[in-house]
Amino acid sequence: MKRFLKIYLDKPELAGLALLVILIAVFQIKSNGILLSVENIRGVMGLLPEMALVAIGVTILMICGEFDLSVGSVFALMPMSIAVMLNGGVPFPVALLLGLALCALIGFINGYITLQFAIPSFITTLGMLFIARSLTIVISGGFPPLLPDNLPTWLFTDYIWQGSILRMSFVWFVVIAVLAGAFLSLTNFGNWIRATGGFNEAAASMGIPVKRVKIVCFMLCSMLAGFAGLLQVLRLGSPLPSIGEGLELQAVAAAVIGGTALAGGIGTVFGAIIGTLLIRTIDNGLVLSRVDANWFKFAIGLLTMFAVIANAWMAKMSRKIKVEAHK
Amino acid sequence: MTTPIIECRNLQKWYSGVHALKNVSLTIHPGETVGLVGDNGAGKSTLIKILSGVHHQDAGEILIEGREVHFRSPKDAMHHGLETIYQYNSMVPTMSIARNLFIGREPLKWKIGSFGLMDQKRMRQESVQAIADVDLHLRSPDALVGELSGGQRQGVAIARAMHFKSKVLILDEPTNHLSVKETNKVIGFVRGLKAQGLTGIFISHNMQHVFQSCDRIVAMARGEIVFDRPTTETSIDEVHDLL
Ligand SMILES: Nc1ncnc2c1ncn2[C@@H]1O[C@H](COP(=O)(O)OP(=O)(O)O)[C@@H](O)[C@H]1O
Ligand SMILES: [Mg+2]
Repeated sequence: MKRFLKIYLDKPELAGLALLVILIAVFQIKSNGILLSVENIRGVMGLLPEMALVAIGVTILMICGEFDLSVGSVFALMPMSIAVMLNGGVPFPVALLLGLALCALIGFINGYITLQFAIPSFITTLGMLFIARSLTIVISGGFPPLLPDNLPTWLFTDYIWQGSILRMSFVWFVVIAVLAGAFLSLTNFGNWIRATGGFNEAAASMGIPVKRVKIVCFMLCSMLAGFAGLLQVLRLGSPLPSIGEGLELQAVAAAVIGGTALAGGIGTVFGAIIGTLLIRTIDNGLVLSRVDANWFKFAIGLLTMFAVIANAWMAKMSRKIKVEAHK
Repeated sequence: MTTPIIECRNLQKWYSGVHALKNVSLTIHPGETVGLVGDNGAGKSTLIKILSGVHHQDAGEILIEGREVHFRSPKDAMHHGLETIYQYNSMVPTMSIARNLFIGREPLKWKIGSFGLMDQKRMRQESVQAIADVDLHLRSPDALVGELSGGQRQGVAIARAMHFKSKVLILDEPTNHLSVKETNKVIGFVRGLKAQGLTGIFISHNMQHVFQSCDRIVAMARGEIVFDRPTTETSIDEVHDLL
């Protein structure tokens, strides 16, 4: 156990990857080979980009030291706002930009309130979870508006080619993941995000505009969540007001399982993707193995707890220093 | 007489009711190492925070090398060559030494405005050099700062200040929570400042440390400077009695 914890500490995303391979092998056998069948992978790969994009945003925000519980609601609100605009005659590209701007605004509000009034973002975004969900239902007018059938789904959710396993959404996911990963580890702004989450006071004393860094992360997180929601709606063909419920916690679980520290400063985009893959595999694998579906949350809970225990170890050394700071 | 590197004139600072600085004037010349002492709450940190751009004075002026300055952020102060090391240390434990050395001042290979791709190779190379320059021996620039001892961390912070050619190094109780050995190391760094041509302001509770490493003693009490004399013309007992 200790040995495994240690490996997990050094490279949590690699440990996650190892676990993923094991789980795939187990479920492949238990499901009599259905797990890795083309049809099943095709289904899993529809949902994966959507969830992973949300998890990437949440991970970046957690690295800078904040939380966002409103991603599940923003996931529903953004496509709903676009659907309403489309029904009002707004052309799709304009509606898309306005939808993304709405997400950016929500992220900004989350960040501004959190920082201005020094409230834990856990609480601010819990408020936004209700507000954004409520707005989604209100603007939907009680029943989901119909989407026009001339939307550019070829750009977002159609299969890349006829009979392909992957949809265009997978391409978006890969491109965004690569960009986000590069942004985080290769740019100076990425360095500031890590510094801000790693030790806010030190970053501030080195002249990092910590509040602005955090607000940018809040905005990125909301925009990714909204965009992911749009992908789901385009895939399903209908803007249901209830999509994304519970997604916020799955995204946090994915981030933490992928090695993101709850205290901030540590985490990777790759880890977020591994975390998401693990959750998707467990979900899908349990269903295929004809296990009672209610065990899904149990398994995710167990995995999250394990990750958090490892996280606590990881945080020990940094906490030691932070305690000194507040004396 | 040379132009003072720092000149504070009649600085005042209130914290909602608390009069933390009362008309503080202080002139420091290049190359001096000033020991700033005083009881808890005397206003030492407040003075330092104003000098390092964290807080802004309510009244009074600051002149750096003869020119009046208005620091709006720590970055402004750093631009003028003033770098501050706090008791808690201004390092991020979860990041590598190389990354810590360049927080906020990353060399960029390619940029748009002030954002761009970091030159990580250069960061690694220069941090190795910077650390060697302060006689600190560390295994790798990729080691996490959280894995270093307190004294090593302060050493890296000092290396950082030196690397960026700071003119004034301000150390606010840098030896708190350090072991005796580590403390001696930091005092060694402070004593070495003069040889490197730096001006220093060293705050400590420990008179011995201050007398060992500084050439001028300034004492504060209740927001005022109550004592200011070269180390050679005073003694620990005299300063103790005064406070
Ligand atoms: N951020 C702050 N807000 C309110 N009061 C403060 C703040 N910082 C310092 N003070 C008060 O100002 C006075 C001077 O404090 P400080 O400069 O920290 O003293 P020292 O560093 O000499 O111990 C104290 O009475 C302290 O309580
Ligand atoms: Mg103090």
